[in-house]
Amino acid sequence: MPYLPDTLPFPAPDMDAAEFWAHCRERRLMFQACGDCGTAQHPPLPVCPACQSTNRVWVPAPAEARVFSYTFAHHASHPAVRDRLPYNVAVIAFPALPGVKLISNVIDAAPSALAVGADVELAWDAGPDGLWLPRFRLLT
Amino acid sequence: MTASRDRAVIVGIGESPYARWGGIADRSQFALACEAILNAAADAGLPPSAIDGFASYSDDANDPARLMVALGIDQLRFASMVWGGGGGGSCGALAHAAAAVESGQATAVAVFRGLCQGQSFRFGQYHAWSPDAAFTAPFGLFAPAQMFALLARRHMHLHGTTSEQFAEVALVCRDNARRNPRAVMHGRPLSLEDHQASRMIADPLRLFDCCLESDGAAAVIVTTAERARDLKTRPVHVLAARQGSSKGWGSGMLGGHNMPDEIYATGNARVMAGELYGRAGVTPEEIDVAQLYDAFTATVIFSLEDFGFCGVGEGGPFAADGNLRWPDGRLPVNTAGGNLSEAYIHGFNLVVEGVRQLRGQSTSQVADARLCLVSGGGSVTPTSAAILGV
Repeated sequence: MPYLPDTLPFPAPDMDAAEFWAHCRERRLMFQACGDCGTAQHPPLPVCPACQSTNRVWVPAPAEARVFSYTFAHHASHPAVRDRLPYNVAVIAFPALPGVKLISNVIDAAPSALAVGADVELAWDAGPDGLWLPRFRLLT
Repeated sequence: MTASRDRAVIVGIGESPYARWGGIADRSQFALACEAILNAAADAGLPPSAIDGFASYSDDANDPARLMVALGIDQLRFASMVWGGGGGGSCGALAHAAAAVESGQATAVAVFRGLCQGQSFRFGQYHAWSPDAAFTAPFGLFAPAQMFALLARRHMHLHGTTSEQFAEVALVCRDNARRNPRAVMHGRPLSLEDHQASRMIADPLRLFDCCLESDGAAAVIVTTAERARDLKTRPVHVLAARQGSSKGWGSGMLGGHNMPDEIYATGNARVMAGELYGRAGVTPEEIDVAQLYDAFTATVIFSLEDFGFCGVGEGGPFAADGNLRWPDGRLPVNTAGGNLSEAYIHGFNLVVEGVRQLRGQSTSQVADARLCLVSGGGSVTPTSAAILGV
């Protein structure tokens, strides 16, 4: 069973973000970077924030990842999560890709086990519309 | 205070009654917006037909096309909307109005926010806030409480801020609401024990860390100091009003949370605050009273730091030391109860209360208040703030 129901809303990504999700469908977590200066960027943009180049490339997410911040949601702000409370939402940072943070979930973390700075690893999980979602699990 | 006759002043304030969301069902949201603007015009002693501009924010649904007809506007000369949802643009809309009258584009601009969450939608429920929603909704990040909880948790991690320190903001607002009969939470006392026992919404934010969801409307009339001489009220000067967002913030808290690490747990207002004080020619130490946007208790802690009332990371202890309390604290805040306890009019009620303080008309009046800082919703793009003075 996925960490959160696959009936959660998935607003259609815009054209600039479509490739991120195309990679996810193949279970590849890739971030956008600049083909000229190398600066990584998330969410995807058509222009490099550092040098304004329009030469966009995709680079694999580094394996090393950690929790930058997190919350446990105890209130159902959408009906689809009513029977999944509490669940966590975490901001995942990649030390090797400064500037990139990803909203995700840590699928195996009890409230007492999650902490800012905790090391995590990628764990693909089923999402809406046949998507694979990049979720994470605690590294022990 | 004397200022150039061409500078912007606020000459009228107006409100509808405030109620819990869904509490006003006998008239439309548009009727409430008209009521607030008409009250502001009457307060100023200005015929409504002489209003020639409108400014609002947060995609306010009460558009100038209908307002100009309903209010009998003689000639519309200015209509503007600040980008962005939530309350980020409250003082930005005020800045639009000030720019309009100071540049001669308009002579009397009504700045307002009117919302009936019972007739439209509740901001606390899922809503696709930005084009980045594809990166948040599938992971269950739906509501502002959850989004701000991530910033609050980071602030606690970095600075040791505690839930009890957040609670102090809620207690201050509720205490002020106790003296304000217009407040939705008037007559509903709140203790630290109540706060700590309230249900968790998004850890670390509990129910009483979250603002109200409300029906209501609030408005002010902005004109020039010159024109204010012909009106009946004592003008309140808009010493500075501006919008801002720091490098790389983007949709930030409402989007993928890719703000720069070093300013992640802030209100995104530090640079703008410096520019605001510079424009007004005053320092944080000179501010007598502040109306700090309180979508959540934590946002006030961020603003205390961003606007220089204390050092970075010191917002929690600064609040817990009683500095925000009326009447004896160093910086009484949200003296009508704020979004937390008066009403959630996306912070426009904070602008109105700022004017009341400088007129000496607050129900929690700060003695001899001459300078009031008002902030718009933080951690968004653009945020905004104003310094008002007499």
